[in-house]
Amino acid sequence: MTALDPSTSATHHLDTVTQAAQTPEVEQPWAELGLKPDEYANIREIVGRRPTSAELAMYSVMWSEHCSYKSSKVHFALWGENTTDQMREKLLVGIGENAGVVDIGDGWAVTFKVESHNHPSYVEPYQGAATGVGGIVRDIMSMGARPIAVMDPLRFGNLNHPDTQRILPGVVAGVGGYGNCLGLPNIGGEVVFDDCYQGNPLVNALCVGAMRVEDIHLAKASGVGNKVVLFGAKTGGDGIGGVSVLASETFDEGGPTKRPAVQVGDPFAEKVLIECCLDLYAAGVVDGIQDLGGAGLSCATSELASNGDGGMRVELDRVPLRDASLRPEEILMSESQERMMAVVEPGKLAEFMAITDRWDVEATVLGEVTDGDHLVITWHGEVIVDVPPRSVAHEGPTYHRPLDRPAYLDALQDNGTGSLGRPVDGDGLKSDLLTLLASPNLCDKSWVTDQYDRYVLGNTALAMPDDAGVVRVDEETGRGVAVSTDCNGRFAKLDPYTGAQLALAESYRNVATAGATPLAVTDCLNFGSPEDPGVMWQFREAVKGVAEGCKALGIPVTGGNVSFYNQTGDVAIHPTPVIGVLGVMDDVARRTPSGWKKPGQVVYLLGTTRDELDGGEWAHVLHGHLGGRPPAVDLAAEQLLGEILVNASRDGLVDAAHDLSDGGLAIALAESTMRYGVGARIWLDAVCERDGIDAFTALFSESTARAVVAVPRSEEVRFTDMCTARGQVHARIGVVDDQTDGLDVQGQFAVSLEAMRESHTGTLPAVFGR
Amino acid sequence: MKIGVVTFPGSLDDRDAARAVRAVGAEAVSLWHGDADLRGVDAVVLPGGFSYGDYLRCGAIARFAPVMDALVPAAQGGLPVIGICNGFQVLCESHLLPGALIRNDHRKFNCVDQRLVVENNQTAWTSGFEPGQEITIVLKNGEGGFVADETTLDRLEGEGRVVFRYAGDNPNGSYRAIAGVTNERGNIVGLMPHPEHCIEEGYGPSTDGLTFFTSVLKAMASA
Repeated sequence: MTALDPSTSATHHLDTVTQAAQTPEVEQPWAELGLKPDEYANIREIVGRRPTSAELAMYSVMWSEHCSYKSSKVHFALWGENTTDQMREKLLVGIGENAGVVDIGDGWAVTFKVESHNHPSYVEPYQGAATGVGGIVRDIMSMGARPIAVMDPLRFGNLNHPDTQRILPGVVAGVGGYGNCLGLPNIGGEVVFDDCYQGNPLVNALCVGAMRVEDIHLAKASGVGNKVVLFGAKTGGDGIGGVSVLASETFDEGGPTKRPAVQVGDPFAEKVLIECCLDLYAAGVVDGIQDLGGAGLSCATSELASNGDGGMRVELDRVPLRDASLRPEEILMSESQERMMAVVEPGKLAEFMAITDRWDVEATVLGEVTDGDHLVITWHGEVIVDVPPRSVAHEGPTYHRPLDRPAYLDALQDNGTGSLGRPVDGDGLKSDLLTLLASPNLCDKSWVTDQYDRYVLGNTALAMPDDAGVVRVDEETGRGVAVSTDCNGRFAKLDPYTGAQLALAESYRNVATAGATPLAVTDCLNFGSPEDPGVMWQFREAVKGVAEGCKALGIPVTGGNVSFYNQTGDVAIHPTPVIGVLGVMDDVARRTPSGWKKPGQVVYLLGTTRDELDGGEWAHVLHGHLGGRPPAVDLAAEQLLGEILVNASRDGLVDAAHDLSDGGLAIALAESTMRYGVGARIWLDAVCERDGIDAFTALFSESTARAVVAVPRSEEVRFTDMCTARGQVHARIGVVDDQTDGLDVQGQFAVSLEAMRESHTGTLPAVFGR
Repeated sequence: MKIGVVTFPGSLDDRDAARAVRAVGAEAVSLWHGDADLRGVDAVVLPGGFSYGDYLRCGAIARFAPVMDALVPAAQGGLPVIGICNGFQVLCESHLLPGALIRNDHRKFNCVDQRLVVENNQTAWTSGFEPGQEITIVLKNGEGGFVADETTLDRLEGEGRVVFRYAGDNPNGSYRAIAGVTNERGNIVGLMPHPEHCIEEGYGPSTDGLTFFTSVLKAMASA
């Protein structure tokens, strides 16, 4: 028996509410669906009987860690506790919606968010990464915004491991294949390699969108009689995870059983959906809107109803299907991509449908908002779900997981870099510089980034390899935004509180380096298993670090994502709180690039350098060492540096600026030289003397709150006067010089442009080909 | 002066093309794939993107769009038309230009600031360039390898219909490093690189793309 007639076969096996009430004793596969005994008991209590199989499916997926944040949400009070009124001023929509929205001035609102798609990308790199982009873009669309840029922070295992060679090309092609076809510029992100990600790569995706303030849309279903419309792609059997348990139990022999758990993306469908949604918004025919992502229709219906007045009736058999044999439970759970759900006033339905028709987008009225307080879902007239929507969407279980500072931490922190052999002369410094330039984390990433379209939409003012991605929002005024994402997981491993703040500080600094005033934060918190008290302690520390750091910097967290269970066996990844910071510029034409162009520019080092090599790239690459304590965080110094960089950009006092982070000053100088092939003479003596350090420390330490800037000679006095007046530590360390081939670090070594480029650009092509 | 910009489902650079048209002082007119109507425009841009998802073959479905029913005879009659990237693929599929575009030889999407040599400045879209001039234009595609049989290639070379050639390393395996070609009459030009991304200081690697649009204004004025 293969081709089942859906109506008869489904009705035959249908588990209705009536039937559930009459058969309390039926054994249900709650454990296989990932529910705990007390969670199942709780569901029975909420519905006042045993749940139907459709209800059980909905609760199981909505109460999953991914959808309910059940292990993490007790710690989210830290966000609220650390958000001041001043931080809320620019916040138009905060945590809890599809994405946060901030006011960037002139009537413009910007929404941005970063999310994880780690596990799907390990199973199926191309589709996992592609649908990660698709999902975050729909989140941004559902706020009413036009998506304007994407970024992808990616983390892989060892570059030379065969499995990395399977995963990386697929992930990169998936990010590019989907994002390029959507017509969204990819303006930055990260590519990081570390053995800790070998069995669990991190594929995070960030999207930025822009709209007029009055065009903000929210996910809520209100207004009795308003229509609930599903539009976009048909629903198929893809992305059904745990629900296949139900399917295989209820289907007859020979029917489709386990369905692929990774979704398949169609970027063309999503591109059309974007344009269609924007036309719908412009026509004013959308009352509430929600994208379909994780947990599919279960999530969209319950969240829309829960955020609204509570009552909704949906006829599930109206859902257009790609596979007619799908069971109602599967339709509720399917994570088929490129779908949206809108709430539409009856009087505007015809216009809504005319717009979807114009874009050849299929739209179907599934039901309407009712005056009750229950979400009722029927299948060919039979009620299969009858639940309070808040209990599904927002009142899932909350866990207070045990926390315990890992026992290994003391020994790890005591094992600093002091005992490691350091280069003793100029040749040694040069050799270490070239080794670092070729190392997987610091090498040229254009093998990856050239696979992304950074120019589409015509508003990109800065993209990789510069410090932040910068895009114009308003074509008349040039008003725009800068975005950066950062995290050094090794720092977070050594000290998760400090590591999280270092990620925040670096991202903040990158945005300011580009010339933008930091405004808001999004985070993607990638951790191991929350059932491990050590991991949970790391998580708590990291959230606290970010929340308190944001308070100190005066910029709010607007949303983000938690990804747990990133581990292989008992071994968790380094805690990896990826932080995205968004900044605003009045005119992005004044953004500051990272490379040197004009001979005669004077090079200044801003900030103080200390002996802070622990957890840094030099120890990692040259010694394979991880231990000690991460660099100290000084958020007041970051704020001052940020103000200096932003003011200098606005007043035309700097031609170029580059943040100092991984690999320290040496890497920043090399990158600024290689960007446009213009060299420089550098002297370190004054800095060494002032900070009490040697040349090695000056070049490779990863002390924070530092940047190098290239100042036009004509502006040198104004620039240094500003630094002096504001108390910004600064030192003249060199001059850009086209007569110098590469870098001439006086008294130490000279290294040619060609030597640096050869080291820098060869690494990824050597592994992945041309 | 009115220049039409066609939007197919999946077109991506239509807004950029319209911006480029406005940048040279012309009026950009949006043309919809489903309407066999050129709305009285004096020239047409077929923009980049992934028309109809580029499913089946790049440009193969767009060729059958109603707007092409109006465009093909107009182009054959001398209307200046430029096909950029996906637009070039559509022109080849429509047989308005010879040859075809296949997957890049390295089989990856590739986005680079590409140097080009202008080989022919006698077309409607290139008259503002000097012959042999080197320009920098954004190149970004997955299927940009220009191919044709040897006879066709020899004819194109012989008739001076190779408009642009890649300078430096061949970025995608195009035969004879051909980046763009024209028809016999010189009114239709197709190229893989994106002049519309090179029209504003600060938002692209150059402003060399402006010359395409100033050239066509001149051609329209003298037509």
